[in-house]
Amino acid sequence: MSKTLRNIFLGLVLFLMSGPLVIVSGVSLNAKKRLFFPPEGLSLRWYVELLTENSWLIPVKNSLIIAFTSSLLALSIALPLAYFLWRYRVFYARALFTLGISPFMLPPVITALGFLSFWVTIGFYGQIFTTMISHAIFFVTLPLVTISLGFESIDHEIVEAAETMGANSNTVFRTIIFPMVRPYMISGCAFAFVLSLNEYIVAYMVAGFTVETLPIKIFNSLRYGYTPVMASVTIVFVLLAALIFGLIGRFGDLPKLLGALNPEEK
Amino acid sequence: MSGLTLENIDKNFGAVVAVRDVNLHLPDGQFICFLGPSGCGKTTLLRLIAGLEKPSRGRILLDEEDITHIPAYKHNFGMVFQSLALFPHMTVGENVSYSLRVRKTDKSAQRQRAQELLDLVKLSGLIDRHISQLSGGQRQRVAMARALAIEPKLFLLDEPLSALDAKLREDMQLELRMLQQRLAVTTILVTHDQREAMTMSDLVVVMGPDNRVHQMDSPLEIYRNPADTFVADFIGTSNLLDGISSGSREVTVSGARLEIAEMPDGMTPDTKVTVSIRPEEVHVLPDLEKGDNRLHGTVSFVRDVGSSVEIYLDCNGLQIVSQSTPKGRPAVKQGDQATAVLPPTACVVLRS
Amino acid sequence: MIEEKPKGLRAYLTLVYPTLMLGIFFIVPFGLMAAVSFFHRQPGGFYTPGFELTNYKNLYTALFGRTLMFSLFIAGLSAAVCVSIGFPFTYFITRMKRRVQVVWLILLMSVLSLSEVIVGFAWSLLLSRTAGLTNLFVWLGLMERPVALYPGFAALLFGICYLAFPYTVLVLYPPLSRLDPALPEAAQTLGASPLRTFFTVVVGSLRNAIVAAFVMVFVFTLGAYLLPQILGRPRHWTLSVLITDAAIYQTNMPLAAAMAIFFMSVSLVLVALTMMIGKGKKIRTT
Repeated sequence: MSKTLRNIFLGLVLFLMSGPLVIVSGVSLNAKKRLFFPPEGLSLRWYVELLTENSWLIPVKNSLIIAFTSSLLALSIALPLAYFLWRYRVFYARALFTLGISPFMLPPVITALGFLSFWVTIGFYGQIFTTMISHAIFFVTLPLVTISLGFESIDHEIVEAAETMGANSNTVFRTIIFPMVRPYMISGCAFAFVLSLNEYIVAYMVAGFTVETLPIKIFNSLRYGYTPVMASVTIVFVLLAALIFGLIGRFGDLPKLLGALNPEEK
Repeated sequence: MSGLTLENIDKNFGAVVAVRDVNLHLPDGQFICFLGPSGCGKTTLLRLIAGLEKPSRGRILLDEEDITHIPAYKHNFGMVFQSLALFPHMTVGENVSYSLRVRKTDKSAQRQRAQELLDLVKLSGLIDRHISQLSGGQRQRVAMARALAIEPKLFLLDEPLSALDAKLREDMQLELRMLQQRLAVTTILVTHDQREAMTMSDLVVVMGPDNRVHQMDSPLEIYRNPADTFVADFIGTSNLLDGISSGSREVTVSGARLEIAEMPDGMTPDTKVTVSIRPEEVHVLPDLEKGDNRLHGTVSFVRDVGSSVEIYLDCNGLQIVSQSTPKGRPAVKQGDQATAVLPPTACVVLRS
Repeated sequence: MIEEKPKGLRAYLTLVYPTLMLGIFFIVPFGLMAAVSFFHRQPGGFYTPGFELTNYKNLYTALFGRTLMFSLFIAGLSAAVCVSIGFPFTYFITRMKRRVQVVWLILLMSVLSLSEVIVGFAWSLLLSRTAGLTNLFVWLGLMERPVALYPGFAALLFGICYLAFPYTVLVLYPPLSRLDPALPEAAQTLGASPLRTFFTVVVGSLRNAIVAAFVMVFVFTLGAYLLPQILGRPRHWTLSVLITDAAIYQTNMPLAAAMAIFFMSVSLVLVALTMMIGKGKKIRTT
């Protein structure tokens, strides 16, 4: 494939991927309260409003709290599961793994509906912890997949070497396995965090009328009245995601965390 | 009886036999090599000793104590793996002192010991270096230093030098041997390179494709008196001539009678045998000379490699190779008629 | 220590918490939903436990059938588009220098973090009259007047593909980055042009990954709920919209549950079929 053709292709994809972001950032900086591009004068008032208006601050706070707790909870479920599947050979390994990835692989509306029936039945519909738990289960897949990748990358001989040096299975876990899997735990957790911040349908179905998360607020705004604050929220979240993954990319090995093997230096 | 004893060891992985009926006694303080072709079970045997696998049958005893069912982490052995298995998330010093850390030694003692070991393997100064920054030879030494940290009872190495280039490999072989002699630790090294085994070890255990031990002896003994045709063929090069025993000290090969200095015990006449003789023991004389222990034939090929000369003789369909120094080179060329002399003391008779 | 059979009850200890959590908070809700699909609906939003097939019978409406077909259609189309663009794209990325790869990956992950709502919002802006692409075209002289390009089928398709694209890349990244670079090189030394090499060697050896990516995107886009409402007209609304509508606005949980179960079964069948076709091809050629 000739270089220029390739570069045109990549340029096109880049344009299409970043196009919406460019428009949205432009709109977020618009001085007037209209969805115009190019902006009719630059202003940061929408960002200010985001940080000062309660109607936005509360959903932001809710989203952050839910994202934080659910990603940690998801991690707590994924880690022992991935560890068990890596360490032991059982005939139901496939079934367990499928169970772990099902919540995310099913169409979200179905999972959301399931959660709704559940919480309504046991009577806790509308409480924030239901969103936390539902998100945790929904996003378990992400740390499960990344951590499994991490375990896969551990050479068995390393574990055996540790054993020959006197480490029993607990010590091996503590000194060898956990440190080696930690980057994958962090990336899986970060993934779940970012996705939880942006998740709509599960949050809506489970406690949407009482616990307003940011995506719910945005969708409501879309329906009932535009305001460029939505644009500034979008940009803030994109920047947040870029920051988180940028940090991982800077201090960690992002290609390896996403599944690449250790190649020779290019 | 001190030392390591393996009694009736079998190891199967499902239907696959890895190790068959091994009985060995390995004395203390020696450098021992497990030698054999790929798939012969030598690595499995090492792993059984290390406690990483359990034998399907049999016992392992260390100084009379049964250690068969003791798992790897309870032994005090040091092991170097083929991939070296250095911990990527630790520095050199942390790797080397790992076994001390596991035994809850205090930090300064750990560091001190790590420094001692690194001095021993000539890597002083690298204690805080990261594993990813080391060269192949350096990683080798770290792996060895790490295995020796707790002054192990057994020092086990699984083809540790196979990833090194030839020159470095030879240097490391020498260093390893000197290290072992200095520490006087019982060392078992697994290799498929017979030259490596022959140059480094006090004892060689030869295993064959049938997953059994064929011979255990000093390198020289194995070379001079191979126990069977497999060992004779695997170790060094050898002429293997089929024949029939025709007397108490005589074998007939291709119509010619060969006097043999030493025959295997209980050898009866008219038994099928193989005569093994090393090329450097075969003398070649120009023309067809009559005499004892001679075979006549034609020179089919001459190979001069500079440090030695190989002469291939075709004696009625039987190929005999002779090797000599350039000085002792016989005056023959391709196509000449010549005689191969097989001295009685150099002929080893093996049962077919 | 690794890959042994678990010995004794202690070994199963690590499994207790995750299975309990997944069991209580996933399997139970699911089972509950399946059960509810058989319950009797009471007007006013309640339902009484029972067993009847009314809800499933009520699925036989033209609306449901049409919506189901459309959902499957657009999911399949988006999957095809995403994989066709995503595969060569990911291939190029994996051949780049490490540093450049990281930059692309960060960009992808940032886009991936955008939720459906935001993607819908962003694309609605991009395709709007006042702030969108058409303004650019007018400026370039290609059009006379800016015009709204949404709601519409194309808008919805674009939006869904945009949403699913980063996932496609992420799923294709591990297998593509592990592709031995010697393979395409070998093909080229044997005389294959770069284009031919790409199709016969790269695509050929990664058939399974492509099928897996297709299935994943297909299932993913089946779940699109907000985009059809933001970027599409009512006739473009997918089954997910219908289900939520039944559950929340019509408060007809049993019907919603029945639709969901049916929906899931259909997609599972399709997924199984696709995987069988994918694997079948492999067997025939070896």
